[in-house]
Parts: sequence; structure tokens; C-alpha cells
Amino acid sequence: MTNSQDTITYTPVEEFVCDSPNDMKKSESVLSNLKYLIVGIMFGIVFVKAEIISWFRIQEMFRLHSFHMYGVIGSAVVVGMLSVFLIKKFNIKTISGETVQFHPKKFQRGQIYGGLIFGLGWAITGACPGPLFAQIGSGFVAVLVTLLSAIAGTWVYGYFRDRLPN
Amino acid sequence: MEIIELIKKPWPWYVAGPLIGLTVPTLLLIGNKSFGISSSLRHICAACMPANISFFKYDWKKETWNLVFVLGVLIGGFLATTFLANPDSIVISESTISDLKALGIQDFSGLMPADIFATANILSLKGLIFFVMGGFMVGFGTRWAGGCTSGHAIMGLSNLQVPSLIATCCFMVGGFAMTHLLMPFIFKLF
Repeated sequence: MTNSQDTITYTPVEEFVCDSPNDMKKSESVLSNLKYLIVGIMFGIVFVKAEIISWFRIQEMFRLHSFHMYGVIGSAVVVGMLSVFLIKKFNIKTISGETVQFHPKKFQRGQIYGGLIFGLGWAITGACPGPLFAQIGSGFVAVLVTLLSAIAGTWVYGYFRDRLPN
Repeated sequence: MEIIELIKKPWPWYVAGPLIGLTVPTLLLIGNKSFGISSSLRHICAACMPANISFFKYDWKKETWNLVFVLGVLIGGFLATTFLANPDSIVISESTISDLKALGIQDFSGLMPADIFATANILSLKGLIFFVMGGFMVGFGTRWAGGCTSGHAIMGLSNLQVPSLIATCCFMVGGFAMTHLLMPFIFKLF
């Protein structure tokens, strides 16, 4: 990992691979977390206003009765692709002047098994992890149970990880 | 104010999708962060109950940004629902409504059907299936797959990763299977 000034010592069995890693080399102040809070807030507002958090919209998607969700995900991917292309092409730096890090993903069988399991859960809860948080914020108290259970599912995966085909 | 009235209406896909897509370069450029949400669940495990499991032994504090980000999503959900709520009922496709009515859903007024998501259902069979089992599959599945809709479908595809395409296809296959094959049986339980 890139962090060179850890104060706590860790003895990781394997190199920590995070799916949404922090690649910033400079250490950040607590206050700088406000940036991510603001981006998160904007993101949550979009989730609610575009009704992505709606169980009904997810049902429409899986019943092929509406283009809405396909349009949202499709156009998000196009904009994301174009942005990543431009960042790479013009070597655009971060606001603190660092080179942007990208992480190639390795194929693992878990992407199939886990992907299918997540898909089953997505259709039944009407939420992927992001919308779970926005649903709770929107006042759907019952979804707190779904979130706790998702955390439990993550923990159980961690517990059985070595015994699962990865 | 007309603009507020406009914002309160549901946002079309061509507004929401690009805004979500812009999260990718925003996070990369403000702090070299790769977009992903399900990792937050792992960080919560690592912070609260690592239990000496190697998968949870890492410097989660370095990933605090991710936890702050999802806290923001929660706050954003609150703000949008409190101050920018759509005054009209949600418009759902007629075919979906008739399919769901056949399954026994009766409430089509809000973003989520009260038939399922009422707090009173938490300690019922519905709660066990829709919240406990559903949530477990979301947490277990996304971690096994190494990401969710944001990490794979949006960030991974934006970076042209074939494994993310495979994962995204599997998400969809799982969703179709649940909707068309399993849900008819699940709704017969109630």
C-alpha cells in the first residue's frame, strides 16, 4: 500500500486489496473528509430524485417495462468512461497534483457466484448498497434491518472467504 | 420559484445518469479515490468486529472517506425527501403495476410499497425474506463479487474492465431470476 506513515502496525496476511481504494499519497486532514460528505450528499439527492431508490423502479427494470434504470446506468457508464478516457489521455492530475491511480480488476469466479447472489438480493430488496443508505435517509426505517443484514453478509463472507472459490 | 418546482419533479434518466457518472472523475480528481459503495460495508466490519479475520485486518481508517461518503448518501436521501419531495405520486409502468397487483402488492403511492416496507413487517416472515435474507444476499454477494453496481457496473466499466462486465451481467441475471422465477413463489407465502 502507498501509505507510508501508519502509526498503527498491521500484520495483514495478504496485501490489502480494496475495491474502492484510497490512493491519495498525501495524508488528508479530518476536515478534508467534508469533500466526500458533500459528494455523497449530492449523490444521495440524485438517487432519491431519479427514484433509483424505489423498489418499483428496480421491478420495472427486471420486468423490462421501463427504460429508466437502463438509461440511468447506461448514461452513467458512458460519462464515466469518457471521464476516465480523458483523465488517462491528458494525464489529468488530482487537485493535490498526484497522478490518478486506476486498478485493473482480475477475473475471479466470485464475480460470477457473488454477482448472481447479489442480483437475487438486488431484486428482492430493491436496492444495491448505495440506495440502501439513501432509503434509510428517506425515512424507510425497516431498511435499517436490510443494512445490518448486508453488513452481516459481508462479515460472513469474510469469515468463510478462504473456503470459498475466489 | 419555478426552478424549485422543476427540481421537485422526478429527474429523468438523462439528468441523473450523467450526474452519477460524474461521481467517477469527481472522486478521482478530488482525492484519488475509486468510486465504490459496498466497500463501506467491509470497512464497518473491519472497524466494529474484525474478529481476527484476515479479510478485516487492514487500516480501515485510511478508508474513512468511504464511510463519510455513504453517510453523505444517507443525508442526501434525507434532504431530498424532506425538502425536494415530489408532490405527486410515483408514476410506475402499467404493466409493472398489474404484475405486482397479481403478486399481492396493493400500495403504489410511494417510492416503496408499504405492503413490504412497513416497519411493522420487520418481525414477520416478510421481514425475514425481504430485509434479512435480501440484505444478507446483497452484502455477501457484493463482497464475493468484489463490488456492486457502483464499483463494478459504473467504476469498473468506466475503466473498461472485463471482470466488471462479467460481474454486471451476473447481477442482472440474478435479478431477472429472482423477479421471474422466485418471486412468484415468495409472494405465495403471504
